[in-house]
Amino acid sequence: MNILANLPKARLFWPIVALAALLIFNVIITPTFFAITIKDGHLFGSVIDILRNGAPTLLVALGMTLVIATRGIDLSVGATAAISGALACTIIGDAANPDDLGTVLGAVGIALGFSLVLGAWNGLLVAVFGIQPIVATLILMTAGRGIAMLITEGNILTISSAPYKVFGSGFWLGLPASIVIAAIVIVIAAVLTRRTALGLLIESVGINPEASRIAGVRSRGIVWSVYVFCALCAGIAGLIISSNISAADANSAGLWIELDAILAVVIGGTSLAGGRYSLAGTIVGAFVIQTLTTTVYTAGIPKEVSLVFKAIVVIAVCLLQSPVVQEWLHRRKPLFAVTPKAAA
Amino acid sequence: MSIVTTALRTGRDFVLSPRYTSVLVTLVLLITMFVIGSSRYRNFSSGQNILNLFIDNAFLIVLAVGMTFVILTGGIDLSVGSVVALSTMITASLARAGWPPLLIILIVLITGATIGLLSGLAIHIFKIQPFIATLAAMFLARGMCYIIDLNSIPITDPFFTGLAKRIVLAPRLSISWSVLIAVAVVIAAVIVLHFTRTGRTVYAIGGGEHSAVLMGLPVSRTKVLVYVISGLCSAVAGVLFSLYTLSGYGLTGVGLELDAIAAVVIGGTLLTGGYGFVLGSLLGVLVLGIIQTIISFEGTLSSWWTKIVIGTLLLVFIVLQKLLTRRRSA
Repeated sequence: MNILANLPKARLFWPIVALAALLIFNVIITPTFFAITIKDGHLFGSVIDILRNGAPTLLVALGMTLVIATRGIDLSVGATAAISGALACTIIGDAANPDDLGTVLGAVGIALGFSLVLGAWNGLLVAVFGIQPIVATLILMTAGRGIAMLITEGNILTISSAPYKVFGSGFWLGLPASIVIAAIVIVIAAVLTRRTALGLLIESVGINPEASRIAGVRSRGIVWSVYVFCALCAGIAGLIISSNISAADANSAGLWIELDAILAVVIGGTSLAGGRYSLAGTIVGAFVIQTLTTTVYTAGIPKEVSLVFKAIVVIAVCLLQSPVVQEWLHRRKPLFAVTPKAAA
Repeated sequence: MSIVTTALRTGRDFVLSPRYTSVLVTLVLLITMFVIGSSRYRNFSSGQNILNLFIDNAFLIVLAVGMTFVILTGGIDLSVGSVVALSTMITASLARAGWPPLLIILIVLITGATIGLLSGLAIHIFKIQPFIATLAAMFLARGMCYIIDLNSIPITDPFFTGLAKRIVLAPRLSISWSVLIAVAVVIAAVIVLHFTRTGRTVYAIGGGEHSAVLMGLPVSRTKVLVYVISGLCSAVAGVLFSLYTLSGYGLTGVGLELDAIAAVVIGGTLLTGGYGFVLGSLLGVLVLGIIQTIISFEGTLSSWWTKIVIGTLLLVFIVLQKLLTRRRSA
């Protein structure tokens, strides 16, 4: 009884309901939605597609979660993704042998290294100069696309490199490589923040930066490092995006991914006001977004119209989270009969 | 003697106060860029080239005016670019269907104001951050464009093509109707911000919302109103944009909100609200315009340099704001 009563209050309850509703809707319109076929030892199917295409959003949303937990926001992730993809593709395209594994790894290393620099730049502005995060990252959001175009010299750079193609459309252990990469990053982030005190410190900085500084938390370093981590995630996402299409498109790679990522974080139940965050919630949120996009595709609606659905989801989730509605909900009787003990 | 001292002090306060320093820096920057441009390129300082600066940026001027209102209250409006696109789509599709032009413009203005009203209500009543509420409005408006049509729609209505024609002032000097509308919007905004109660309330909210409430100012109404003004300005900008391109397309104005915010910031309006001028935003738009003109006159520089230069300028002005406000609070 208590479990049932507390269920709607669990942080992951509503995001999972949303995801389940979307999946059920998909099964109704396409009965073969959950069918997974094995071809050449690889898994294929709609669900696998969602996993594969959702990986970049998932990665960016993961970094964004930690940034938002410190009361920040990072608008520059799309630009960072574009720069990372552009850099990797340019290096591989200019190399003598694009199929050489060493070349590809070198290119990936340089691209990710540069992403770290971009993250350090954002962190410098926010943590050291004390500029509002939305403004500080707006600078790189504006200039970043220009830098990406500078790298590709304004062209859409197509490359053919078998090892590089693996990131976006290859398979590891039968699963799409992109989702395996995302899973590895998630595990690392989860272990780092939840098995150590780091997560607690991040939350404390987000809840009250001044109090946590006085309590001896080195908030400057923590804020700085979440921006670096976020940029790294964006850089990896950029590699996956450019590898998937075997090209670097400075203009449209990662366009609006910052919005999708913020949306995923919000759906996952992390408050934009900072503080408590949920990595699991973000994962569910990212899949809600990707499933929504896929659903719109399979329903035969033009993909651009999916923006309307996303808008409705954002409005609904934000209204549910808003203090006014929360208060109104709490004043009413709970969904299931609840004992005073369970409410405590 | 004392008069001289007072005058000097007033002059010093004028230059050093954060209210004016940013705007003065922008003005100096604009003049410097113009002088550099004129000395490097032939015809740069020609009358028509200066007028072109206004013609090419008329819609951005209107957008920046609306954004100034929002930013003065400490908010932000990310939906302006999408509302511009939606306005061009409504104009073009209704014109294709043969609706009377004035009715079309009225519908566009009402749509823009309604979107602003909804964002404003979500922000004020439900306490959703301006950033997220207007982000939802941005998605909504952009998506609605594609519901109208996925492709670009040309405008052939004689009323609109007539309005798109240049007005010849003198031989080799012409402006467009859009410039006149933009100038009218700027004048109206200056009057509202500096000579009405609403304007003073806007500044008061940016200075400190709580104090404004305690002073008995109509904070709720004004907070919603600034988003309506921004929505309305975006709709006007959308009509000007459809006159400029004589078409409606769902992909127009991607990133336009960033240009508008950049113009407002470069124009000296503090992003935390409370300080700033509409005329500063006008200067900001002209700075962005002159960057583009210099890059096109240079010829060898590619267009993406515009973005990098704008980003750098944003950085410089934000750091400048930071320094100025730090000195004020110190």
